[in-house]
Amino acid sequence: MDCKRTLALLPAHLDQELGLSESSEIDQHLQTCAACHNAFVSQMALRDSVKQHASYFQAPANLESRIKAALPAELETQPGSVKRRPWQGGSWNWLNAGTMLASLVALVWSASLYLATPSPNALLAEEVVSSHVRSLMVNHLADVASSDQHTVKPWFNGKLDFSPIVNDLAAQGFPLVGGRLDYLDHRSVAALVYRHRLHLINVYSWPAPGNQQTGLDTLSIQGYHLVHWRAAGMAYWMISDLDMRALTAFANTLRSQARRPAT
Amino acid sequence: MAVTEAMKARRFGEMALPHLNAAYNLARWLTHSDQDAQDIVQEAYLRAFKFFDGFHGEDARAWLLAIVRNTTYTWLQQNRNHVHNAFFDEEFHDLNEADSATLCDQPDNNPAAILARNDDKRLLDRALAQLPVEFREVLVLRELEALSYKEISRIAGIPIGTVMSRLARGRRLLQACLERMN
Repeated sequence: MDCKRTLALLPAHLDQELGLSESSEIDQHLQTCAACHNAFVSQMALRDSVKQHASYFQAPANLESRIKAALPAELETQPGSVKRRPWQGGSWNWLNAGTMLASLVALVWSASLYLATPSPNALLAEEVVSSHVRSLMVNHLADVASSDQHTVKPWFNGKLDFSPIVNDLAAQGFPLVGGRLDYLDHRSVAALVYRHRLHLINVYSWPAPGNQQTGLDTLSIQGYHLVHWRAAGMAYWMISDLDMRALTAFANTLRSQARRPAT
Repeated sequence: MAVTEAMKARRFGEMALPHLNAAYNLARWLTHSDQDAQDIVQEAYLRAFKFFDGFHGEDARAWLLAIVRNTTYTWLQQNRNHVHNAFFDEEFHDLNEADSATLCDQPDNNPAAILARNDDKRLLDRALAQLPVEFREVLVLRELEALSYKEISRIAGIPIGTVMSRLARGRRLLQACLERMN
């Protein structure tokens, strides 16, 4: 970098407003050029002198109150003002009404936000649907394909930290197809696959905190029917394109089977 | 409605009042007058309050100082007869260091001035006060408020390159003034 360009950029260099490469080029030049170095030192001295010695005028104390007085009234009671009775109206009353209105608006707004947020169950249902669709799509219905519950149940050993209940319900028209591992609700879950005529049914189960028993919760998403319940510390989700009546009937059968001691 | 206005006023106060000193200092340096600076700052704050809905939480100080600066310039325009050197157009007035002789006080020999010469503070204030307002404002914003070129460019409504050149020129003029005074 030559002297002309250095001198042109010196003020910006002094103000640390140059990029790294230009800055280091100037630094290099200053190390070798006494004239530019002198200019730099004298500019720095001037700058420091202005910073140090030029007056900084503080706003007079009454300016703030002057400005506050000129702005629309704030939410504070003026000291020494005449106290108004509520029924006499006046700004006091309006301000309170306004704060109330504002908090009401805020309340309604937060409530609507809360309601608009999908519940955890709705999010989970979406996951279940995706998992079900995926299991049909990629030819990955079962890791262990067997209609024998004594083959399917032991297969989960060591793959899950719980042992899912596996029933053979071929007699009721729901033969077991197999089982696989899946992932829902941020954990590995057991997926059991049953068949009813040509309909496939995925039954997901995993340990759920608490020991609550719930009734059947049903919903339909994208043409699939979902049934959800909790029993004996386990969460169950069942999904199929089977009609809802047959599906809930199957869910009830599973629930009653689960209450019996496993064979 | 009065109520929402009052709430807006409170939010505005929380945002704007912390920068009151910066606002006053700028107006004071541009007008040289305490009373004028107070009036200007008050007017600027009321104006800023009017435009407060358009403020979306970016740099509050720069936003406010831009309004203070514009208010000051409007004021200067209305009172230009009283203001020495208030308007100065770089494009048409090619100011060089030699011109600073006409800008600066000639050294005088009355005892008060001699005393003042040894007083850095008064000397600097006098030299800075005599700079054309365009140079004075960038120097005040840079050296006294420590604002970046970008912020100054926003406040003064000029490109960053112009901020840089005005600062460089302002410093040269200031240096020349100080040398003459000594």
